[in-house]
Amino acid sequence: MSTSELPIHGTVYGVLLNAQAEWQSASALMNEPPYKAPPAAPVLYIKTANTWSAHDTAIPVPADVPDVEIGATLGVVMGLPNTHGEPSHVRGFVLLNDVSVPHSVQAQGFYRPPVKYKNLDGFLGVGPTLLPAADLTQPNDLTLEVHVNGVLRQTLDLRQMRRPLNQLLTDVNDFMTLQAGDVLMLGLDICTQGPEAGHRPHARVGDVIEIQAPGHAGLGVMRHTLVAAPALEMPA
Amino acid sequence: MTHHTAYQHARVQFNGQTFDATEQDGQLRLANGQLVAFDQVQWLPPLAPLARPRTVIALGLNYADHAKELAFKEPPKEPLAFVKGEASFIGHQQLTVRPADVAYMHYECELAVVIGRTARHVKKEDAYDYVRGYTVANDYAIRDYLENWYRPNLRVKNRDTCTPIGPWLVDAAYVHAQYGDPMNLALQTTVNGKVTQSGNTRDMIFDVPTLIAYFSRFMTLNPGDVILTGTPDGIVDCQPGDVIVTEIEGIGALTNTITLATR
Repeated sequence: MSTSELPIHGTVYGVLLNAQAEWQSASALMNEPPYKAPPAAPVLYIKTANTWSAHDTAIPVPADVPDVEIGATLGVVMGLPNTHGEPSHVRGFVLLNDVSVPHSVQAQGFYRPPVKYKNLDGFLGVGPTLLPAADLTQPNDLTLEVHVNGVLRQTLDLRQMRRPLNQLLTDVNDFMTLQAGDVLMLGLDICTQGPEAGHRPHARVGDVIEIQAPGHAGLGVMRHTLVAAPALEMPA
Repeated sequence: MTHHTAYQHARVQFNGQTFDATEQDGQLRLANGQLVAFDQVQWLPPLAPLARPRTVIALGLNYADHAKELAFKEPPKEPLAFVKGEASFIGHQQLTVRPADVAYMHYECELAVVIGRTARHVKKEDAYDYVRGYTVANDYAIRDYLENWYRPNLRVKNRDTCTPIGPWLVDAAYVHAQYGDPMNLALQTTVNGKVTQSGNTRDMIFDVPTLIAYFSRFMTLNPGDVILTGTPDGIVDCQPGDVIVTEIEGIGALTNTITLATR
């Protein structure tokens, strides 16, 4: 895959359970095994370069993965090395779709690192453009819409993040330095109403996924099509 | 200049410039032809820069004895893997920061596999064809920060300065010719000269070909990507001032010193 047309080039970090609704849906199990306590610090994961799918390309879905979770979010692209979480170090923003093989807190899917759920080839949709930070002064106030085949499936309110952007940057930089070009996702969420309430919207082969932030045309409309790929035949 | 069949490759800073280098008779032959002593350079991770972020996969509980030490109830059915950021890497003879408020920070001596060819759906029997070389990594962990969410969480495993790697990238062709494969190499860690960890790569639960076959089923590995293959029994707490040497037979001895966080 050529990465030259992508608006990102650094390590992409995601964050688990940053949305209030998803946290609430998991909270009853947080003190149960294997978790035993709610997470105290931000829980991060990495979307490796093999997962990156440029805007308007196909995302391969293996034949033994019947459906995937759509993970709409805003990617925060870092500028200069950031050691204090100051907003001036944010270079810009990009739409992301953190695609996952479905895994849940109930099925103990949040206990071990999600490599086999999140690092499949093509499983990060990357938006068409980098919006400079100066053009989006209130990133926490954004609303994202997820359309599948033209139908609105999720409206995601970034005001509902437990750690808003500056708090998240501060708490992440407390244990690791985000490098220039690195990307930090602000958080994914579950659907809070409709037939998919309680989990992320799902999609399958043939679906066209579009994600946008109404009122912020500068981020563009990110579009990906799910296409069939050979089965993984992973160990059970 | 004489032709020298160097199989140990380094990256170093010398007089403010970065060089590829190879070992030659106990010295470093820089890419510009200059010979310099080991202690005249600053050692960098022995990995060429990439145009995209390097994929760094690390294994947990991949030695039968270490799994037992950490109270693993039954042998795992598939590798326990997590992904690290390349920014946690530092070179040989550098400093690793221990936070002021922690009780248990330990080294992990690990065989690091560097991928040489694009690897996708690789069969186990072909896996060694995809290896560029091997190096030594010390995948420090700070257990105070362990949480049971995507465990081991990145606050434990992805800290600045906490993954020394090097000093040499040793050609796979050399290791395979010399040892057959990398699955019977002694590992050892010393703390201030005293042996605290000793094991052998033959005790890996998932060996190098199995790991390459497993990961390449669902994620393409590209040249320069790295797999850290886990650590055996014998981890101990490391304090500021401690000098930690993680060594693997035929691959190298990686020296690191613990320092206290300044804030």
